[in-house]
Amino acid sequence: MTVLPNLSRRGALLGALGLGVTIEFLGSRAYAAVDGAIARKKLVVIVCRGGLDGLSLSPPVGDPNYQALRGAIAIAPFGDAGGALKLDGAFGLHPAMSATHALAQKGEARIAPAVATPDRARSHFEAQDVLENGATAAYGVDSGWLNRALSAMGPAGRVKAISVGPTAPLILRGPIEAASWSPGGGADRDHRLPGILADLYAHDPLLGPALASGLNTEAMAKVATGEAAALTPADAGGLTGEGAPGGTGGAAMMEAQAGSGGAALRPVLRQGLPQARKLGATLAGFMTQANGKQVAAVSIDGFDTHANQGAAQGQLATRLAYVDAFLDGLADGLGPAWGDTVVVMATEFGRTARVNGTGGTDHGTASTALLLGGALKKGGIVGDWPTLAQNRLFEDRDTAPTMDMRGLFKGVLRDHLGVERAALDRSVFPDSAAVAPVAGVV
Amino acid sequence: MAIDLDLKAAIAATRFGLGARTGEIRQARSDPQGYLTAQIRPEGADQPQADAPGSAERFGEFREYQEQRKQARADGDPKSDPVKMAARMLRDDTGVDYLARMQLAARTNAAFRERWALFWANHFTVSATKFVTATLVGPFEQEAIRPHVFGRFEDMLVASSSHPAMLLYLDQAQSVGPDTMAARFLARGRKTAGINENLAREIMELHTVGVDAGYAQADVTEFAKAMTGWSIGGLKEADDRRGRFVFRVAAHEPGARTIMGKRYAEDGQGQALAVMADLAASPHTARHLATKLARHFVADDPPPSLVARLQRNYLETGGHLGALARTLVTSPEAWDPPARKFKTPYEFMVSSWRAADSIPSEIASIAPVLNSMGQKPFSAPSPKGWPEEAQVWCAPDAVIKRMVWAEAFAAKALGDRDPNAVAAAALGARLSPLVGTAIAMAETRPEGLSILLMSPEFQRR
Repeated sequence: MTVLPNLSRRGALLGALGLGVTIEFLGSRAYAAVDGAIARKKLVVIVCRGGLDGLSLSPPVGDPNYQALRGAIAIAPFGDAGGALKLDGAFGLHPAMSATHALAQKGEARIAPAVATPDRARSHFEAQDVLENGATAAYGVDSGWLNRALSAMGPAGRVKAISVGPTAPLILRGPIEAASWSPGGGADRDHRLPGILADLYAHDPLLGPALASGLNTEAMAKVATGEAAALTPADAGGLTGEGAPGGTGGAAMMEAQAGSGGAALRPVLRQGLPQARKLGATLAGFMTQANGKQVAAVSIDGFDTHANQGAAQGQLATRLAYVDAFLDGLADGLGPAWGDTVVVMATEFGRTARVNGTGGTDHGTASTALLLGGALKKGGIVGDWPTLAQNRLFEDRDTAPTMDMRGLFKGVLRDHLGVERAALDRSVFPDSAAVAPVAGVV
Repeated sequence: MAIDLDLKAAIAATRFGLGARTGEIRQARSDPQGYLTAQIRPEGADQPQADAPGSAERFGEFREYQEQRKQARADGDPKSDPVKMAARMLRDDTGVDYLARMQLAARTNAAFRERWALFWANHFTVSATKFVTATLVGPFEQEAIRPHVFGRFEDMLVASSSHPAMLLYLDQAQSVGPDTMAARFLARGRKTAGINENLAREIMELHTVGVDAGYAQADVTEFAKAMTGWSIGGLKEADDRRGRFVFRVAAHEPGARTIMGKRYAEDGQGQALAVMADLAASPHTARHLATKLARHFVADDPPPSLVARLQRNYLETGGHLGALARTLVTSPEAWDPPARKFKTPYEFMVSSWRAADSIPSEIASIAPVLNSMGQKPFSAPSPKGWPEEAQVWCAPDAVIKRMVWAEAFAAKALGDRDPNAVAAAALGARLSPLVGTAIAMAETRPEGLSILLMSPEFQRR
């Protein structure tokens, strides 16, 4: 048993914590030089949980059946009070999506109005799993397609990814280690404990990587929120240069990680629009700083509107305003990098075309995927619109799917991040050769 | 292979229980299995609150608050002090409920019984994501879950499905059969009314047979029709109806229904009860519950032999949960020494209090911490409840939040006790030499306790 030698390495491990950061910086810089344009590209995937109602997010107010099917929850036509914000002759955006609409007018936001995963069970959990695992069924695949796309782009650590929120979403789980972050936190109370724990977790496959990644991300959060000077590769090198006994290097790094709020943390969501905008801006900070994250996954919940969904105002409008503010903060915060960015926002399924008996909608099939970013090609709606004619509704109740969601993701991964078709067909979206990447988006 | 009694005692207290309090592992040592089976009792789980207002009273208070708010809006002052105060009082009730539950968990001598109850409360999740249900989650657990946890599953299913909290959470209360007097009446008032299939779907998918049981949309719709009429008495109704389950004949869709191939004759309220009886007795339900239990108590990827044994026992006993609990704790697979379950934030905090022989005293300082670790009180993200998988809870950010809280807690909770003794009492034979030595070398007592709480073996069970 080598217990004591192990513990006596505590000081050295504190230094190694800093060393890990250094290696990461150097590593990614080396790749950046090689990879050129692709290394600047950024992708944000937003998963809206609960079944976002596409017919409210991008109401087809020009569809002759829309108002009758929707009744009290229909969004009013263009130009009316609380009416849809016009995209083209048929489609608008929900009136709460004003910032997104401004982007659309510049050709930096588009909709794919009839997208669905291969799942047809109308179960949230199964459909979310399929949306995130990239397979055709909920079971048997326990990693996410976004994580496998990172694998396809090169060795571990080459493309860095982060999820926003306190738990790790399936879409980004898998062999490639991804960071996770939520507002608040701060590991500044005791500079010793992280080093001791890093030692104890050395052979722990779960806690070891999680702690290392968490500490690293805390340091980046300070930079992203402007609460600390930017960590440059030179600074990170300095940390290991001070490897005095007792772990000065580790202490210096923890200084950079000093958090603002300690344990008094608040949930990310439901905090109002300024916080949503700030959350978007902070994520942008993670992505634009030196050694920043190229890929991010964000979950937003609260879209399961079975009752009292509302129209221009109400439950769903409040949620969409939150989404709009987040997107606004993200686009604004990315600045010039917005031109290299694609954001895809999708949901596990849409909702019934008809309003139900309780002023809401039930689990449906196709919904709208929202695409944003300065890297988008200009153009109209992505994919075909099946219309809401009664004989076109899926099972006489839902918007019919005209596009496989995997095809949309594949198009973005191929044309934006340069992921090879073979990898897309086999490893990223298993057994999906029959689903072609959607062209003309990026 | 015989596992020595010291290790079995540690497993009894940490895996089946909620973490050891001082002396608990010693107490369990003579007969670890018997220590657990002695906690099974027909009257059900413990009640966190002896004299809390029930759901009918809470529902009434909530509706009165809504009336006040409506009146204040009409008067042009929607944010008047009395209205805000009423909202705060309702929220405070929820905090009191949650704190009481955590205090029970922190101090109970029958922690297996409490973990068993928490499992079923999560199985029949009512989440506080709507204001009206927030005030009812505590009463729901007390009234619909805890009395039934060692009884028949079917009874708990019916109690849950007819409880006002569930009827509101999954939108059943307002579901109206389209071909009914109630629908015609509402139509005359130009109000729309119709079926809401939310509860019917989740009973099938989450509470009983499971999503892979082979049912179709039509089965869900038929069951939703059978359930029309299951509702809640309104504010203006008589005392014995107000805020309680009522069956509204006038909203019940007439006629026979066919669900999963079986025909159910029209029988008013009894029609849905007959469906529930069949759902509870289904082998799919036995499989679904057995898998969930094994996953909760043993491993995210549970041993198939354990699942099969639990399933068989469920079917043999007609879904008797006391027998099922006994089967679980007497199954050898459940005592496999490696700790495979990563604690949820709630379990982590409760076991920390138990290790320190303290109990939580104020909700205001607890709720934000649970939020930050991803487990906001009473607010499971969906009707599926809180997830089980280690990967969900062991995200990098969440580990940092656990570390920050552990340090703050250790600074306050330990007093002048020796962290080495606390570690030995909390983990017994599960304490590894590596962690034991690290605690022995800690610079301060709180640092020693922080190391214990954040150690790989304390984070798991």
